[in-house]
Amino acid sequence: MDNNNDNILSVKNVSKLYGPDKNKAIEMKKSGTNKDLIHKKTGVTIALWDVNLDVKKGEIFVIIGLSGSGKSTLIRCLNMLNKPSSGEILYEGKNIRKFNKKELNEFRRNKISMVFQQFGLMSHRNIIGNVEYGLEVKGMSKEDRHRKAKEMIGLVGLEGHEYEPISSLSGGMMQRVGIARALANDPDILLMDEPFSALDPLVKKDMQFELLTIQKKLDKTIVFITHDINEAFKLGDRVAIMKDGEVIQIDTPEEMSTNPATDYVRDFIDGADKTQVISVRNMMVTPNSIVRKKDNLSYAIRMMRSNGVSSAYVVSQKMKLEGIVTIDDALRANKDGQTISDVLISDIMTTTPDTLLSDILPMAAEARFPIAVIDDDGSIKGIISKAQVLSSII
Amino acid sequence: MSAGWIYNFPFEININLKAIDDAVRAFSVKYEAFFKVITKSLGGLVNSINFVLNKIPWFVLILLVFIVIWRTSNKISKGIIFSSLLFLVGVAGLWNLMNETLSIIIASVVISLLFGFPIGILISTSNRLNKAVRPILDTMQTMPVFVYLIPALLFFGLGKPPAVIATTIYAIVPIIRLTNHGIRQINAEVVEASLAFGSTKLQSLIKVQIPQALPTIMTGVNQTLMMAMAMVVTTSMIGATGLGMEVLIGVNRIEIGRGLVSGSAVVIMAVILDRATQGLVQRSEVKTDGQ
Ligand SMILES: Nc1ncnc2c1ncn2[C@@H]1O[C@H](COP(=O)(O)OP(=O)(O)OP(=O)(O)O)[C@@H](O)[C@H]1O
Ligand SMILES: [Mg+2]
Repeated sequence: MDNNNDNILSVKNVSKLYGPDKNKAIEMKKSGTNKDLIHKKTGVTIALWDVNLDVKKGEIFVIIGLSGSGKSTLIRCLNMLNKPSSGEILYEGKNIRKFNKKELNEFRRNKISMVFQQFGLMSHRNIIGNVEYGLEVKGMSKEDRHRKAKEMIGLVGLEGHEYEPISSLSGGMMQRVGIARALANDPDILLMDEPFSALDPLVKKDMQFELLTIQKKLDKTIVFITHDINEAFKLGDRVAIMKDGEVIQIDTPEEMSTNPATDYVRDFIDGADKTQVISVRNMMVTPNSIVRKKDNLSYAIRMMRSNGVSSAYVVSQKMKLEGIVTIDDALRANKDGQTISDVLISDIMTTTPDTLLSDILPMAAEARFPIAVIDDDGSIKGIISKAQVLSSII
Repeated sequence: MSAGWIYNFPFEININLKAIDDAVRAFSVKYEAFFKVITKSLGGLVNSINFVLNKIPWFVLILLVFIVIWRTSNKISKGIIFSSLLFLVGVAGLWNLMNETLSIIIASVVISLLFGFPIGILISTSNRLNKAVRPILDTMQTMPVFVYLIPALLFFGLGKPPAVIATTIYAIVPIIRLTNHGIRQINAEVVEASLAFGSTKLQSLIKVQIPQALPTIMTGVNQTLMMAMAMVVTTSMIGATGLGMEVLIGVNRIEIGRGLVSGSAVVIMAVILDRATQGLVQRSEVKTDGQ
C-alpha cells in the first residue's frame, strides 16, 4: 500500500535540524515547544520536521510557504544536496539516503536534475558549455553531448545563441539555459527552487507557459518551489503548503481553495485568484424551479411563486435543457391560453461543470438569468448566478 | 625612588639566545645530508633556468615582451615602450646579470606556485584548516625578511639556493591566500549546480571552481611574482649574484651610478613582469565574464 507504483518519490518522516544540541531540540519539539523558542534556547534550527509526501510520476508538485518555512531545505534533500537528519527518501522504492557516493552520482547524473533561483550558471562557459555540463561529467563523447545540448537549446527557444556568453543574456534567457541544462540529462525528475522568482512579471508568465508546454511534451515529473500562490495554483497538479518546517496540507489547487485545512492555509491562499482554480462544479447550485416542456403554464407559475423566483428552467426527457420561461411571460401567456413552448426562451447562456470560473466571468457579467450548467449530453446539472461568480473573486 | 616600579618591569627573564643558536646549528648538522640534497637540486634548477635564458637571443626576448604587452594591454605604444626599456637594460651591459636574477625569480615563483596553489585549494575546503593556517601566513608575511636569511644561510650555505628558499617563504603567501579566497567567494549556487549534476569533487574543482576562481588566482600569481621581485636586493646579502648584488655593491662602495643603473634595471624587470601578469588577470576576468 505504501509503495504505490504511481509514486516516483516518497518522503517519509524526514526531519532536518541545523545546530549543536539536536537531541535537546528534538525533546523540546516533541513536547510542543515552538520553533523560534527552540532556536533561542538551544541554537538549533528545525528546518524540517516529520515531513511526509509522495510525488506522483508525471505531475507538477508545487511546494509553497513563507520565507524560512523549509522549502529549499526540503527540495535539496531530494537530491541529497542536504542530508536529512532522519527519515527516508525513496526514489522508485530505493532509499536514496543509503546510496554510496557512486550511486548518488549516478542518481544525479541520470535521474534527477535541478534548476536554481539565481540560475547557477557557470560564467566561464558559453550557453552550450553550460547545457552540456551534466553530459560532460558523465563522460559522454563531445560529439554526442553537443548534439544533445543543441537539441535542448532549441527546445527552450534559444537556437542560434549556442555560442553566446552567459553574461550577455537577460534573466529570462539565463533561466532558459538553466532549464535546458537540467533537461539535457533526460532526467525523470526536475527540481526547481523558485526558478522564476528573479524574473520580471511578464517574462515570468512566458516562462510558466513554456514550462507547462515542455512538461506536456516531455512528461517529466517536476517538483517546483514558489512563494507565489498564483504561480502555485497555475502550475501545480498538487500543492503542498509548508509552515515552520512542517507540511500542513497537500491537495489539488481546487480542493485547497474550497477546503483549506486550517485558518493558516485559508489566510495564505486568500490572495490567490481563485477563479483560476475553482471550476463551476464547485460553485453551482441545484435549480429549484425546473419544469417539463409538456407541463402546463399554471403549474410553472405556481412553482415559481412558491420558490420566490422569477424564472424557471424548462427541460425535456432526461433533464435535457430546453430553455427558460420567465414569470411575466408565463402570466401573460396563461391568460391568452398559450403553452410553455410558446414563451420558451431557448437562447440562454450555458456552461459546463469543468469550466473554470475565470472563463465565465465575462459571460456572468452580462447574464440576465443565472447561467445553466449542462453536461455533454445537454442535461442540466445546476445553475450558477452572477452573484456567485463575482463573489469568488473577492 | 619608590615609584621606580612604574617604569621598570618587576623582573626580567634572560632568554638564552645562545641555546637557540646552538639548537639550530645542531639541527643543521644533523640533517646536513638532507639539506645538501635540497641545496644541490635548487642550485641545479636555477642554473638550468639561467642556462636556457642565456641561450635565448636578446632580440627574441625583446620581441616576446613587445608581443605579450601589446596583446595583453591592446596598445602597441605600451608594447614599444616596455620592449625599449628592456633594450636599455641590454645596452647598459646588464643583460646577463638580469638573466641571473630572473632565473632566481622564476625558480622561486615556480616553487611557490607548485606548493602554494594546492595548499590554497586544500584550505579552501576546510574552515578548520583555514583557521589553523591563517596565523602562520600572517607571521610569514609580517616577519622582517632579514630574519629568513639567517636560517637559510645556516641550512643552505651562501649563494642562490638559500636565496630561492628565502624568496619562496616570503612570496608563497599571496598565492595561498588568493587561491583560498578565490575559491571561497564563488557563488554557492554555481558550485551546488556542479554537484547537483553528479560531478565528483575533483570534477567540480577542475571544471567549475578553479576556472571560476581564476581571476583571483591570477592576481595571486601576480602578487607572488612582485613579492619575489622585492626580495632581489635582500637576498644578495646571502650571496645571490645578479642585479641585486650590483645594487648592494653600489651601496656598500658608495658608487651611486652603479647602484642607480642596476636599481633601474630591477625596476624595469619588475614593471614588465607586473604588466604581463596583470594582463593575464584581465584576460581571465574577461573569460569568467564570458565576454
Ligand atoms: N546551512 C544552514 N545552517 C543553519 N540554518 C539553516 C541553514 N540553511 C537553512 N537554515 C534555516 O532553515 C530554515 C529553512 O530554510 P530554507 O532555506 O529551507 O527556507 P525557504 O523556505 O527556502 O525560504 P526562502 O523562501 O527564503 O528561500 C530557516 O530558518 C533557515 O534559517
Ligand atoms: Mg529557499
